[in-house]
Amino acid sequence: MVYFDNSATTAPDEGVLTSFIEVNKRFFANPASIHLAGKEAEALLERSREQILSILSAPDGELLFTSGGTEANNLAVIGFARALLARGNHLITTQIEHPSVLHSMRHLETQGFEVDYLSVDEQGMISVEELKSKLRKDTILVSIMHVNNEIGTIQPIAECARIIKENSRALFHSDTVQSFGKLPVSLTGDGPDAITISAHKINGLKGSGILALRKGMTPEPISYGGGQEKGLRSGTVSVADAVALAKAIRMSATDVEQKDFRQWRNRLIEFIERFENVRVLAPDKAAPHILAVAFYKVKGEVAVNFFQENGITISTSSACSSKNGTAGHVIEAIGLNGKFNNGVIRISFGKNNIEQHVLEFEQVFARFMELLGRGNK
Amino acid sequence: MEWNELLIRYGEISLKGRNRNVFVKKLRNNVKDALSDLKTVIIKSERDRMFLFAEDKNDMEEAIARLPHVFGIQSFSPVAKCEATLEAIKEKALEVIGADETAGKTFKVEVRRTDKRFPLVTNELQLEIGSHVLRSFPDLIVQMKKPDIVLHIDIRIEGAFLTAKVYEGAGGMPVGSNGHSILMLSGGIDSPVAGYLMMKRGVSIDAIHFASPPFTSDLAKKKVMDLAEKLSSFGAAVRLHIIPFTEIQQAIVSQVPDNVSMTTTRRLMLQIADKVREEEGALAIVTGESLGQVASQTLESLTAINAVTTSPILRPLIATDKLDIIDIAQKIGTYEISIRPYEDCCTIFSPSNPKTKPKLEKVSYYESFTDFEPMIKKAIENRQIVELPLQQKDDFADLL
Repeated sequence: MVYFDNSATTAPDEGVLTSFIEVNKRFFANPASIHLAGKEAEALLERSREQILSILSAPDGELLFTSGGTEANNLAVIGFARALLARGNHLITTQIEHPSVLHSMRHLETQGFEVDYLSVDEQGMISVEELKSKLRKDTILVSIMHVNNEIGTIQPIAECARIIKENSRALFHSDTVQSFGKLPVSLTGDGPDAITISAHKINGLKGSGILALRKGMTPEPISYGGGQEKGLRSGTVSVADAVALAKAIRMSATDVEQKDFRQWRNRLIEFIERFENVRVLAPDKAAPHILAVAFYKVKGEVAVNFFQENGITISTSSACSSKNGTAGHVIEAIGLNGKFNNGVIRISFGKNNIEQHVLEFEQVFARFMELLGRGNK
Repeated sequence: MEWNELLIRYGEISLKGRNRNVFVKKLRNNVKDALSDLKTVIIKSERDRMFLFAEDKNDMEEAIARLPHVFGIQSFSPVAKCEATLEAIKEKALEVIGADETAGKTFKVEVRRTDKRFPLVTNELQLEIGSHVLRSFPDLIVQMKKPDIVLHIDIRIEGAFLTAKVYEGAGGMPVGSNGHSILMLSGGIDSPVAGYLMMKRGVSIDAIHFASPPFTSDLAKKKVMDLAEKLSSFGAAVRLHIIPFTEIQQAIVSQVPDNVSMTTTRRLMLQIADKVREEEGALAIVTGESLGQVASQTLESLTAINAVTTSPILRPLIATDKLDIIDIAQKIGTYEISIRPYEDCCTIFSPSNPKTKPKLEKVSYYESFTDFEPMIKKAIENRQIVELPLQQKDDFADLL
């Protein structure tokens, strides 16, 4: 089987699994306990934290272990909105965020906050001028994703950070779930103030993620309990998850051969563009591992099924919005022609893919086109 | 920025006369020890300064990170080398200045032209380089007296050597250059600071700690080991002697009245420390006592406790305020370890109303009914000796 749905989730790495099991066997104690076993678990937890922060080039930053990208995004958006309420109640995000950011923003709107949603062009790109014009004195938080999960657009994060800093006092959060391990991500210098990373997108385990913050930044908690993680994220910390995540982050920061992804992607774009009635949704600035393709008057689901029967796993635009059958919010936001917008599929590479997989995909794709009666242009 | 060498300036050593080379040699060995795992580092010491070379860029960076902790160094500067031509020096000068923040800083250029064959004289070269730097960094301000940045250029036959940044060293004397002492290490905030200050004066130390299992836990012991390990990071290995003290403490509680038991405890600890000192060939005993801080640290208490030995007892913190001690502890990284909440042998048996002005005659009288000698001997014989820093056994590395 060829697995081309790595933006939905990835297969856990062997080493990550081994670490997870080993830690659960040897260091299962509660890291908050004062006995020796607890202290050992705590030391291991802190080592994981240090390792991750140092890879993010922010050794003095803060790191909160969460149950995944969704919780980290919720904590960033809702937590900082509450923490910074004294400064204002205006937030900015984009129309193409992951639902965990979008729906947190919508929830805040019901609580008296004001939210501006930046529009995007047909490439899925925001306009920094629009961002600048929307920034106000009372803007407290801007959340802009680094790489879009459905079409792969890379937003100009460094430029956004600069504009936000020059024109407001707002804090800048970026959802880097799709970009970490594929593009440089760090908390230094001209980067964002807070970032979200999810373990299972980088060959780690599901149910694990982080919110990394620059030094001294603290959101209000959104869950309450024993005051773990400096009171910001209560609940016994899963040391095994933290260690597994630290390992996945280390390996994805060093192992992934990005240049192959880019080559494969270029090759597929060239290949697919030869056919009629198919459109490649390839933004100029796009992540190397994501490629979205839209079929004219064919449902994405049909394509997914055809590829599935031929041994290739791909998805409709995103796993999070693929079950309700209508065009997703991202596809709508980029204004894709109505005859195309129900027929979007997404191919996403991961580190287990090899070039042979791309060749197989091309063969199946050609057969699918033949079946639909769409020859070469 | 890639640096070719580090220029290391001596602290108080430079005041030494004919025996200076002894101190320089000690410092050289200590620097070597501190950087022993950096394979490409080469050290060359001269009478007035020391040079450090490293082929590997990472080794150089690591050396820059570690040197501020080595006693005996006043300051050090990374040096960049280039060809001794005007064009090459100009280019290198921009790199050296650009390696750090320049906005709003004052600066000047200082040239030493040892190689007189260089076509421009000192003044001309200073002017030439100064104006070249200013053109590229318009936010710099020229100032001759006490500028923030001095770009120093040394024209030698081997080439031109440029430095600008000065890193502060730890000052003091090379550890080991002023003899060996025993530090009484409790696990509190003061004693590690006392040890640090003595090490800064060039004294190497063995630490002694009293443990009363099962009343004190392994975690308390671990805490003291961590403290000793921290101290060992300041330039010399530290041996830690852990004395089993339970039997003696129980004897004190049953034999000596409550309100002087604390004084007796200290007297016995000091006797033990003195015997260990003798065995180890150390000269003095170092304590973290600070006058009047607690009942055992009044002048009366110190007199009664001190009476058990004639060895010199060094109390570097005797006139230091608690808050100032805490400041140092935080700076040297022992504070976080010291405040871990484990019971030590003093807190467990401490009486509720210890005498702040114990009378020596009375204390001696109460003690005279018990023969502590065999217990002391046994405790010393059964002591555990730990060498720090521990050989790093990293349990976690393969998991991460």
